[in-house]
Amino acid sequence: MSASISAVNDFVVKFANVNGSGSASANGLFVKAILRMGVPVSARNIFPSNIQGLPTWYEIRVSGHGWLGRRGGVDLMVAMNPQTWDKDVAEIDSGGYLFYDSTKPMPTDRFRDDITIVGIPLTALCNAAYAEPSKRKVLKNIIYLGALTYLLGIERGVVEALLSEEYASKPALIPANIEAFQIGFDHARATLKPLGLQLRRSDKVGKRIFVDGNTAAGLGAVYGGATVCAWYPITPSTSLAESFISYCRKLRHDPETGEARYAIVQAEDEIASIGIVTGAGWNGARAFTCTSGPGISLMQEFIGLSYFAEIPAVIFDVQRGGPSTGMPTRTQQSDILSAAYASHGDTKHVLLLPEGPNECFEFGALAFDLADRLQTMIFVMLDLDMGMNEWLIDPFEWDHDRALDRGKIMTAEMLEAGADFGRYKDVDGDGIPYRTLPATHPSKGSYFTRGTSRDPYARYSEEGAVYVDNMERLLRKFDSAKAIVPAPIERRAPKKTSYGVIYYGSTSPAMDEALHQLEAEGLAVDALRIRAFPFAGEIFDFIAHHELVFVVEQNRDAQLRALLINEGGVDPARLVKVLNYDGSPITARFIKTELARGMEIATPRAGEMVR
Amino acid sequence: MTFIAKPAFHHPSLKTNALGFTRRDYEGKVSTLCAGCGHDSISAAIVQACFEIDLEPHRLAKLSGIGCSSKTPDYFLGASHGFNTVHGRMPSVLTGANLANRDLIYLGVSGDGDSASIGLGQFAHAMRRGVNMAYIVENNGVYGLTKGQFSATADKGSKSKKGVVNSDSGIDLVALALQLGATFVARSFSGDKDQLVPLVKAALRHKGAAFIDVLSPCIAFNNHKGSTKSFDWVREHNEAVNRLDVLMARMAVKAAYEPGSLTEVTQHDGSVLLLRKIAEDYDPTDHVGAINYLQQAHAAGEIVTGLLYVDPEAEDLHDALATVKKPLNALSDAELVPSAAALDKINGALR
Repeated sequence: MSASISAVNDFVVKFANVNGSGSASANGLFVKAILRMGVPVSARNIFPSNIQGLPTWYEIRVSGHGWLGRRGGVDLMVAMNPQTWDKDVAEIDSGGYLFYDSTKPMPTDRFRDDITIVGIPLTALCNAAYAEPSKRKVLKNIIYLGALTYLLGIERGVVEALLSEEYASKPALIPANIEAFQIGFDHARATLKPLGLQLRRSDKVGKRIFVDGNTAAGLGAVYGGATVCAWYPITPSTSLAESFISYCRKLRHDPETGEARYAIVQAEDEIASIGIVTGAGWNGARAFTCTSGPGISLMQEFIGLSYFAEIPAVIFDVQRGGPSTGMPTRTQQSDILSAAYASHGDTKHVLLLPEGPNECFEFGALAFDLADRLQTMIFVMLDLDMGMNEWLIDPFEWDHDRALDRGKIMTAEMLEAGADFGRYKDVDGDGIPYRTLPATHPSKGSYFTRGTSRDPYARYSEEGAVYVDNMERLLRKFDSAKAIVPAPIERRAPKKTSYGVIYYGSTSPAMDEALHQLEAEGLAVDALRIRAFPFAGEIFDFIAHHELVFVVEQNRDAQLRALLINEGGVDPARLVKVLNYDGSPITARFIKTELARGMEIATPRAGEMVR
Repeated sequence: MTFIAKPAFHHPSLKTNALGFTRRDYEGKVSTLCAGCGHDSISAAIVQACFEIDLEPHRLAKLSGIGCSSKTPDYFLGASHGFNTVHGRMPSVLTGANLANRDLIYLGVSGDGDSASIGLGQFAHAMRRGVNMAYIVENNGVYGLTKGQFSATADKGSKSKKGVVNSDSGIDLVALALQLGATFVARSFSGDKDQLVPLVKAALRHKGAAFIDVLSPCIAFNNHKGSTKSFDWVREHNEAVNRLDVLMARMAVKAAYEPGSLTEVTQHDGSVLLLRKIAEDYDPTDHVGAINYLQQAHAAGEIVTGLLYVDPEAEDLHDALATVKKPLNALSDAELVPSAAALDKINGALR
């Protein structure tokens, strides 16, 4: 037997549960209790496309150092699901711990001898205390929470306070929950010793907040001035619309009349959703939809209309595993190409690539300014990992002097003053024309919007030269976008190196940790985080200044790399693919191993795609 | 089509409406449709209707899908913003436009190919949501731009120009609109301007989803013997249930009518619909009665026209969403962006 892992404020706990068994609230309380002790935590829900009965996992990374990505590996498995027992037991790191319900005896060959087995007769304790089946089901989870509180050294008072807060709206439930918690705690104290994994009060959480990216993006849309939301439910984007609904109810009603300063329509499908958004954008309202890959496929025609007829619109794409229905409840970054070049004909679209909930909020608001400024579709590319998991982040910030940028809108006064209005005329050389909103002026400024080719004055035209002029102007406009989309962020290694790494989106927290580890081992790599498409020139400068650049992505086909090669004419041999796409968020261990291997440095441990 | 641009000047004696506009101020570009197309008559009826209800041309937004009918918004109301969207999706785009600015009048123009096939779903959902608009389908039972294929409103048993007999059941958009909750439903014929103009006027002034199915024969591909959408066939089978006059506001009705032969309906905006009965037992405010009547007439091979149903107390999508009176596209930063204190509170709730 190998030595048991001993760690304070630095370990991974994974709960293996059955979907619909009420485990989510107990697991959520476990995480909140650790946060209340001032210890940073990240938590990832790995769930099936199912409401009840299938396996679900909740993986918790406790990190006093503040590393919030997935580390890889499991130190303590809380194995509550017989369906996945063997796989769950196999996943525990050598020297780790297995916590299980020991009510029924298990054959010894179902365990491992290099881990510590911690058994509690949960079912027996629960059945002895409660007769009603509904109570037995839910309170079993609270009993294991009690036991884990003792075993891991969580402060008991913190959990009890949380239980009271959790059920503040249903106070009748508080005593039963406190009692169940005590049953677990007392039984563990009487029969077991604390584990080698321990929590100690710290001060590393500070003012930080714990929130998922969908909530943040929905709030960003409120601050960004969105007034029309049309959507169709699809995992993992549904909670983004729900966030917008909930924040609008709190923040967007006329204080005098109580009337809504927003309109939300749950449409009949994704096509109607983007149609409503297009109509609202055409008529001068800030509008968005939120969806996932299948929705992007359905919306293609309208995305092309937005591009060609130059109509402001915003799509939040919370990416999931594709293709087709794919893995609806697992994470990927696999819509990059289908969004960047969406729709038939020659098109290119602006993509914003947030790294987590802070940028979901920030870009969620910025997207509406960009849509109005550029008069085109703006994609905000979230993914399931950042969209649906709560991350520990700095509080949201907003510059209250910031004015919404409505872009180039020609007013009645400008028309009266004799402005020569051509809806598709490039007056400023930036490719961005002026638009009028319907009903601007009784006799000037009206035009006919269409998806067919037209001249600068919006008159139908199939003349080749007129068409080409317009298409070239659209390219100039796309070029103008480079200067106003979020710039890439470079982090130089402490010493000079010919290696670079490019990454984006939810890879950030795991990358932060991997870079730190590489640095600690004396391996130098410069890092560049891309935050938007079109690509700024400095991205290609970064590639030019390094001999080998790793491109870390969460998809099979290295989609961002393909986009870099296509848009920048980069030699593919200099861009090394580092890909994690099995649906689980990328881990620090994986990145570190792959980069070290790429730098031809022997590593003690082979890089697995995912742990 | 004609290649001669219409001269902008007009005879000084041309009648003006209450706003001082002549009929010519409601016209658009020269039509590019075939000479004799029913759709051009509908465009003319729209021009006449807008003139007669004293509409400021720029206060109307005209939206359409794809097809011959969807091209027509370019041929009327040149001072209005227009949007030729994508095939079958005008209803969703119009819904969004309406949400952005509730103050404008919305006219959706579509065809049977656009609304009864690819767009059937969006047609249905715009009706059931009560989007405040006038939705006109220029129904010729055929795909004109692609040269003569049957559309989904072609009757079973009708014959194409090439002699093919249609074996699919025809979709009756009027019956669907009634079932789906449209609050103003009418059918008319492009060849009957006296009937069509008042219906368009009433639809534009109706609050809620107003739908007009206008039979509009395709002179090029569906005006032959064996077609049930030809001029001759529609004339022979047209059974009007009523004749409509629209008064802009309540006033004393001067003409004398037989008792019981006149129905008065006052709409939300104060406009009065005067309905002279033709079918004696037809009541256009009786929803179930209207559905039954239409089914029976349809089985008898009649094409029932007129104002088929109206709910003068209808509410629209904005009522359902309880949105502010001010158009959403005119809200200021202060009305849209929450305060710093609100963000502090939100942060606090996430700890």
